[in-house]
Amino acid sequence: MVAASDIPRASSNALLNVQPARKPRNMGQIIRWLLLFFGGILMVMPIAYMISTSLKWPHEVYNVNLIPEEPTIENYTFVLEDGRFYWWFLNSIIIATLTTISNLLFDSLVGYTLCKFRFPGRQIVFIAILSTLMIPTEMLVIPWYLMSQSFGWLDSYWGIMFPGMMTAFGTFLMKQFFESVPDDFIEAARIDGLNELQIWWTVAMPLVKPALAALAIFVFLGNWTAFLWPLIVTNSVDMYTIPVGLSGFGDEADVAWELIMTGAAVSTIPTLVVFLVFQRFIIRGVVMAGLKG
Amino acid sequence: MYRNLTIRQKQIVWAWSFLALPVIFYAVIRFYPTGNAILISFQNWNLLGDRTWAGLENYEKLWNDPTFWKVFQNTFVYLLIGTPFSLALSFLIAYHLDKLRFMHGFLRILYFLPFMTSAVAMAWVWRWFYQDVPVGLFNNILAGFGIPQISFLNSTTNALPSVLAPAVWAGLGFQVIIFMAGIRAIPTSYYEAAKIDGVGWWTILTQITLPLLRPTIVFIVVFSSIGFLRIFDHVFNMTTNNPGGPLNSTKPLVLMIYDTAFNGFDMGYAAAQTVVLFTILLIVSLIQLRLLRSN
Repeated sequence: MVAASDIPRASSNALLNVQPARKPRNMGQIIRWLLLFFGGILMVMPIAYMISTSLKWPHEVYNVNLIPEEPTIENYTFVLEDGRFYWWFLNSIIIATLTTISNLLFDSLVGYTLCKFRFPGRQIVFIAILSTLMIPTEMLVIPWYLMSQSFGWLDSYWGIMFPGMMTAFGTFLMKQFFESVPDDFIEAARIDGLNELQIWWTVAMPLVKPALAALAIFVFLGNWTAFLWPLIVTNSVDMYTIPVGLSGFGDEADVAWELIMTGAAVSTIPTLVVFLVFQRFIIRGVVMAGLKG
Repeated sequence: MYRNLTIRQKQIVWAWSFLALPVIFYAVIRFYPTGNAILISFQNWNLLGDRTWAGLENYEKLWNDPTFWKVFQNTFVYLLIGTPFSLALSFLIAYHLDKLRFMHGFLRILYFLPFMTSAVAMAWVWRWFYQDVPVGLFNNILAGFGIPQISFLNSTTNALPSVLAPAVWAGLGFQVIIFMAGIRAIPTSYYEAAKIDGVGWWTILTQITLPLLRPTIVFIVVFSSIGFLRIFDHVFNMTTNNPGGPLNSTKPLVLMIYDTAFNGFDMGYAAAQTVVLFTILLIVSLIQLRLLRSN
């Protein structure tokens, strides 16, 4: 996808560079562009081969050509008719969506409270939540497993979701962004007779929409691709998420590579499509989250 | 009753009612399990029998376990190869990409795309690439040029870098984007002054760009270090028939934790390993804080 705004600028650049005096610089730019272009093509090759192989007939799979001679959707039909991927896909969608909603609500509510309220205990809550950033998930999986076992949460949606319902990362991201909401707006809403919950929801939240969107992307992608905890907490094939299901599927005896590639494509294509549609926006969100979070 | 409170008191009531559920969440889902993990690391427990006090037994066992030292070494090899490689590559890409206007957005997409993929899916794609002739792509390409076959995942020396490659590949786009944001944030007045003084690109790079990028570099180094220290998905999926193999040559700490806890059910021993991981990550984070503060 080429952004429309790049084209006129690029072509005017090219026109300028025809001037003889600029020639050495121009050559350098062309070489730089070519190298980066081929590097970029190499970067997407694994994705391209995954999709290409998922569209190949078995006899063609071990051919190194990228474009299938006779493309087929046979592999997709097979994988979907098998039924398991259908469930795994659905599980992943439900889990990632619910977790994202929960994070958007709670992380922003906590971030807002820590940013805009003055109350005893504020500093302690702030530091306590901040310090959880230091605790790696891998340290918590054993206690979470024991907890899930004693409460009967193993092998359930709630069991997969509960550790990620709120995140310290999201809370701090939102807190940073609420700093930019002027206190006057909140004060004015208070004078208008709105209660604090209404102020948060109708005044503050609309002002941090870009941050909410960035958080949503991060949380959704994180849960869509999460592997270790879902692997531990699920037992029955019907409860697997896509990564756990794919991992087991690939490991089955004599399952064909083109089918594994199809499963991998099924788990990757949704996030790729979302990215290609919102790419400018997502890249800006990643930078915001990376630098402020 | 609420009506009689002062504005300040009302604020306190609201604040704490907003925080009530989250505070319970962080206490029960983050702090209690952390304490519990540390406690279990001093106990013996196979999940079925009783929990018995073990003192430092698990840690002593860890100290004397050759597998642990192998795993410890692997974990740091992932870090020590992965971090410099991805740092150098992503800077190189970002530095040059920043100087291009023609199809800039398109090139950026190409480099960023792998970041949006799932580690498990891509581990399987790379696993297929690495297979022997006539299956694997890499060896098929090599065969096309008449170059001898390379055993990627079945060799104790090649397996670790082979598993690391897709992990570096997947993280590169993110680092490129962060580097470009860092480069863009450098005020152009510095470069204009340098241009007036007539200094070369190398001086500009080493005297202006790199020093001013220090916070970005520290962030990327710590972010990717923590990522490599926690590597799991790629190893588990690329070496599943023999997780962490061949002969533990690719096994990282997180995989050892997973094995000990959920295949061996030695919860105390696994918990001790998680405490070690926690300590390592803590040290890395503290070094980061130190480096940023001295700036």
